[in-house]
Amino acid sequence: MIKTNKKIPKNIILSLENVSISYGTFEAVRNVFCNFKKGNITSLIGPSGCGKSTVLRSLNRMNDLIPNCSLRGTVLFDGTNIYDKRVDPVEVRRRIGMVFQQPNPFPKSIYENIAFGARINGFTGDMDELVESSLRKAALWDECKDKLNDSGYSLSGGQQQRLCIARTIAIEPEIILMDEPCSALDPISTLKIEETMHELKKNYTIIIVTHNMQQALRVSDMTAFFNAIEYEDGDGGKVGYLAEFNSTKKIFNSPKEKTTQEYISGKFG
Amino acid sequence: MNSLYYQKRSSRNIVDKFFTSLSVICALIAILPLIFLVTYILIKGGSQITPELFTLEPNPPGDDLDAGGINPALIGTLIITTIASIIAIPVGVGGGIYLAEYSKGGAFSRFIRFGVNVLAGVPSIIAGVFIYALIVSTKILFGSMYSGLAGGMALSILMLPTVIKTTDEGLKLVPNELRYASLGVGASMYTTILKVTLPSAFRSIATGVVLGIARAAGETAPLIFTALFSYYYITGFGDLFYEMGSLAVLIYNFALEPYDAQNKLAWAASFILVLSILSVNIFSRILAAFTEKTKRV
Repeated sequence: MIKTNKKIPKNIILSLENVSISYGTFEAVRNVFCNFKKGNITSLIGPSGCGKSTVLRSLNRMNDLIPNCSLRGTVLFDGTNIYDKRVDPVEVRRRIGMVFQQPNPFPKSIYENIAFGARINGFTGDMDELVESSLRKAALWDECKDKLNDSGYSLSGGQQQRLCIARTIAIEPEIILMDEPCSALDPISTLKIEETMHELKKNYTIIIVTHNMQQALRVSDMTAFFNAIEYEDGDGGKVGYLAEFNSTKKIFNSPKEKTTQEYISGKFG
Repeated sequence: MNSLYYQKRSSRNIVDKFFTSLSVICALIAILPLIFLVTYILIKGGSQITPELFTLEPNPPGDDLDAGGINPALIGTLIITTIASIIAIPVGVGGGIYLAEYSKGGAFSRFIRFGVNVLAGVPSIIAGVFIYALIVSTKILFGSMYSGLAGGMALSILMLPTVIKTTDEGLKLVPNELRYASLGVGASMYTTILKVTLPSAFRSIATGVVLGIARAAGETAPLIFTALFSYYYITGFGDLFYEMGSLAVLIYNFALEPYDAQNKLAWAASFILVLSILSVNIFSRILAAFTEKTKRV
């Protein structure tokens, strides 16, 4: 383990320190400082192009997969900078799971969808039990217990997304990242996913990107508002930054920044 | 006011009809050579098919009464194509995986893509001459000159670009979300490719491989320089290092003979060759349909 000497409060599981992310020469987000608390649901909100998805993907090194994407600063997880050269991104992703915007089940059976991650990570216990408990936690068990051998594609969009959540839970990560998990879903499926998230909060830390401010208000404990502005030294393009980070109540009831107030009241975005 | 009813005689509808029929006619003309060619070969060659054809050696030209069979050439084509596949499929699929999954679009991968395209355009006879210069004339393969092994190598050069390209393109068609899904549950690149992306692209890769095999099996020019031809049964492993017959070269040789019996044998061989390439193609369709079904369990 590669530990740093910096003191971080114990309840902080993930900490961004002066993080800037660029795609090639284009800077997407600049100088982000942010601490994510253990056992909390934190939502990242903000207008399009403010870099919130970029930040989310940087938390488990998914940005590595995008050519030319580079990060400056440190992302501390469990006292380790996950961007240290010695860190294995595969291990980072095992401990920080991710649910994507579009439901993306594997073209395999429901059972296999969940067993896949566990198996490749060397799970040796009772697979049937793991599949059941994961599906139960994702509130999908009752709907698909009789068709575990059907294709993951045979489920509805909302069910597919909960299958993806179950798949992520099966590898027992410490943090679950969700990138607009409900944007492709109808309100009823969205509600189910939100219920699932409340259930998951007991055991996991969740960080969610959402465009839906009501959703942020409903599910999250903390909210980070990202905004994008033109910097004088930039090449004219807008660069994202963390405008305000506070408890969800304060962000929505008494925001400190004017832009936050304007964004949540729907004046722009 | 114009009526909303369809106007048969309006100039717009006439022009529209004209171009529709023109494109249909062009499509028919395009398919015509294939239909004529296949029927002609089926009629000319189909009448020559006898059980002895598959078991006998071809007789040396001159005996006008009986030309014998095509057994050595048939087996030879199978062996040479198998050798070509053994070389080209792993290298081609591996190269395609590199291009689609690992390369980051840098100079090296652009160079390889360009090279593959050039290789695809190289005339098949050049592949034959190349292997002739490299292996046949140097006797580098345990002192043997013309051999089935050299023939397989020449054909593998022709198969490679097809296999690399279709693997590359097949893998690129796999949605990135699927890769993210796999990497997101902590799979390594290796596991992701082996368990998720390759199976999803199996259909297009298999099609590419089959197309490559079909192209290689029908090639003549590279084999004239490398495997040459043989009249005799293939009896053992050692025969790999000697001249080996193949259907394509048998057709080339015997079609040029002045004797009627040999010409008939060439027609029969054409029939078998076309039929086997056709059935390999159909087999690939069935295979693809089958894997598609199992994928959607």
